[in-house]
Amino acid sequence: MTTGFLEISNGEKLAREQIPHLPFDEFHETALAIVKEGGKVVQYFGYQDDASMKLLAVLRTDKLLVAGCDAKESYPSFTQTCEPFHMFEREIAEQFGIRPEGHPWLKMVRYHPNYRNMPDVFDNDYEQDIPGNYPYYQVEGDEIHEVAVGPVHAGVIEPGHFRFNCIGERVLNLEIQLGYQHRAVENLLYNVHAKRLPILTENIAGDTTIGHSLCMAQAVESLTQVKPDKGARIIRTIALELERLANHIGDLGALSGDVAFLPPANYFGRLRGDFLNLSLLLCGNRFGKGLVRPGGVRFSLSDDVRKILDERIKELRLQVEHVLDLLFSASTVRARFEDCGNVSHIDADHLGLVGPAGRACGIPYDVRRCFPTEHYDQIDIPENKKPSGDVYARARMRYDEVLQSLSIIESLIGIPVETNCVNDINYNLPADSFVVTLNEAWRGEVSHAVLTDKNGKILRYKVKDPSFHNWNGLSMSLRDTGISDFPLNNKSFNLSYCGFDL
Amino acid sequence: MLNTLKNRFEQGYRTCSYPKEKPAVFPRYRGRPIIQKDVSQEMVEMCADACPQDAIDIALKKIDMGRCVFCGTCERISNGAFVQFTGDFEIATSKKEDLLTNGDLPALAEHSKQHFKKLFGRSLQLRQVSAAGCNACEADLNVLATPFFDLARFGINFVASPRHSDGIVVTGPVSRNMKTALLTTYDAIPDPKVVIAVGSCTITGGPFLGSPEITEGLDTILPVDLFVPGCPPHPLTNLHALLTFFK
Repeated sequence: MTTGFLEISNGEKLAREQIPHLPFDEFHETALAIVKEGGKVVQYFGYQDDASMKLLAVLRTDKLLVAGCDAKESYPSFTQTCEPFHMFEREIAEQFGIRPEGHPWLKMVRYHPNYRNMPDVFDNDYEQDIPGNYPYYQVEGDEIHEVAVGPVHAGVIEPGHFRFNCIGERVLNLEIQLGYQHRAVENLLYNVHAKRLPILTENIAGDTTIGHSLCMAQAVESLTQVKPDKGARIIRTIALELERLANHIGDLGALSGDVAFLPPANYFGRLRGDFLNLSLLLCGNRFGKGLVRPGGVRFSLSDDVRKILDERIKELRLQVEHVLDLLFSASTVRARFEDCGNVSHIDADHLGLVGPAGRACGIPYDVRRCFPTEHYDQIDIPENKKPSGDVYARARMRYDEVLQSLSIIESLIGIPVETNCVNDINYNLPADSFVVTLNEAWRGEVSHAVLTDKNGKILRYKVKDPSFHNWNGLSMSLRDTGISDFPLNNKSFNLSYCGFDL
Repeated sequence: MLNTLKNRFEQGYRTCSYPKEKPAVFPRYRGRPIIQKDVSQEMVEMCADACPQDAIDIALKKIDMGRCVFCGTCERISNGAFVQFTGDFEIATSKKEDLLTNGDLPALAEHSKQHFKKLFGRSLQLRQVSAAGCNACEADLNVLATPFFDLARFGINFVASPRHSDGIVVTGPVSRNMKTALLTTYDAIPDPKVVIAVGSCTITGGPFLGSPEITEGLDTILPVDLFVPGCPPHPLTNLHALLTFFK
């Protein structure tokens, strides 16, 4: 099945010549065969090498697999028969003007001109405002009405446009148009001075600072063959779990607020801040900015910091447990959460949902368990999943993961660690190399892929946030749901706009 | 019911007493930078060279807090001899040029516009627009509504409609795709109105400097009244800025 693709491990440095370069048809057939038998797409992107245009795919089964090919200017779309390629093909079309013929839903992803000055696949005039010439999906009928929301929303929240087609209160289809946050991050990443790399990756999505920083740091470490010491790996693991805790707890508070149960909404809102402050305790920034650098971390877990962290976690655990109990034992909350916004296991599998959103639909994939990095190979991560795929399952997934993250941090605080803090180092990347890194951030699988050219310069830096997979999950959850349940469902996914828009 | 009450007692009263007392911030927090002028030129150049944001002005020996992301690189490599980040979170300014600093900042209260205090001192309703922000600035504005900060006790609220607001709080480097929506929101706010730029992205473009997709400085497209630096600004920095400027 996997003939032609090379098996690699997470964060393994490869010479580019080691990556199988297949004829296009063979690449096409093999990739489709792997994904149709249950494989998933981790990365699938285009890049320009000298004058030629190439494609590269990283797929996962229980292993990671890689292969590439020369790109054609147009080709029969993979998505026609294999949905997990859907977003990736649209992204390639937008970035490089390569047309996937017969793609069932060929629309722009982030709304920008392609990088090769090719004719635009979508016939957009980029002098016009987003979303250009695109006709939104429409349902016809006398009683159908459309609701358009955004890009500016009612709260303190990132921008995006939501287009609902409804009959009465019932949503028949939700179409989500993003791209408002597009900052051209990928282009900056391979054009700027190396000293800016950590700052840029920290700001791809501020709520996933550690997740993206780890992917970047591991990629650079692998390419330069630097191994961070054990202390650094433990501190990074603690930081990633603190990030998960702060966000999951914030989400549970927001969910509680959306079903009008205000005590936990307020308590979790405050507790979330307490966990953000523990990141500040560790590195001086509430979002972990400034902590992770290639080679290790910039701040140690000194005895005084460890002592405060230990005391605070002990104190917070009790409060978190009590508020979790308050939220989940309220029958009114369960009545609103249960059977709201269902996404079936089959749909989730076809869309390739990752992270807690995927696990809530019975897909247990977790990078920490399947392709562990940092200290996770020493930690027993349970196989998390829920069968029901509704708001309750997504909330309950967070409940489980909050308690697990607390246990992970408690077990790691006890290990006395020393680390040589890194200052911002200068490094030279090796020529003609490739690496792909994956980490389980709080929303799911984050992945960065780096290719270098013959001078050791970054040729292509590809970023994938878990939200790239999961936004369509939110669309699916709204099918046949009351439009008034949109806020609740939206919070239960809580996806990243800027991580998607790059 | 009993469970709800039990939790209520356990939670207790959590609101901080700022501005009466300054809450303690953990020591690794990096707030207002102080510059030591009497260091060697090499040291200044070394720091400027290492600064990922190119925020250090070598000739003036000053640091631009509008570009700075408070990563602390300059403090580390100069071992505090050139730049030291203090625990002072009260760092907002009313003029962009004041952000280029040697550590002294003008007292914000004296520089706020007196008619703003008269108009908005008792009630200030703000519309927040995220224009390509990374969600960190947004998150640390959002927490002002939580019990610890409790912004509403000062008569300041974030509202849903620009029609109901007295001003706009912008975060993010204003992407090309978000520019029109931002300007439309601004236009929808009735006069007189205030504009507040939160975070280094909004003030200068921050980490995204050089990208053709962003705007390098909100003040190039809107008249900004208040600049709140940081990446993101600490919630207390935001709180200080709002209270000092309008109260």
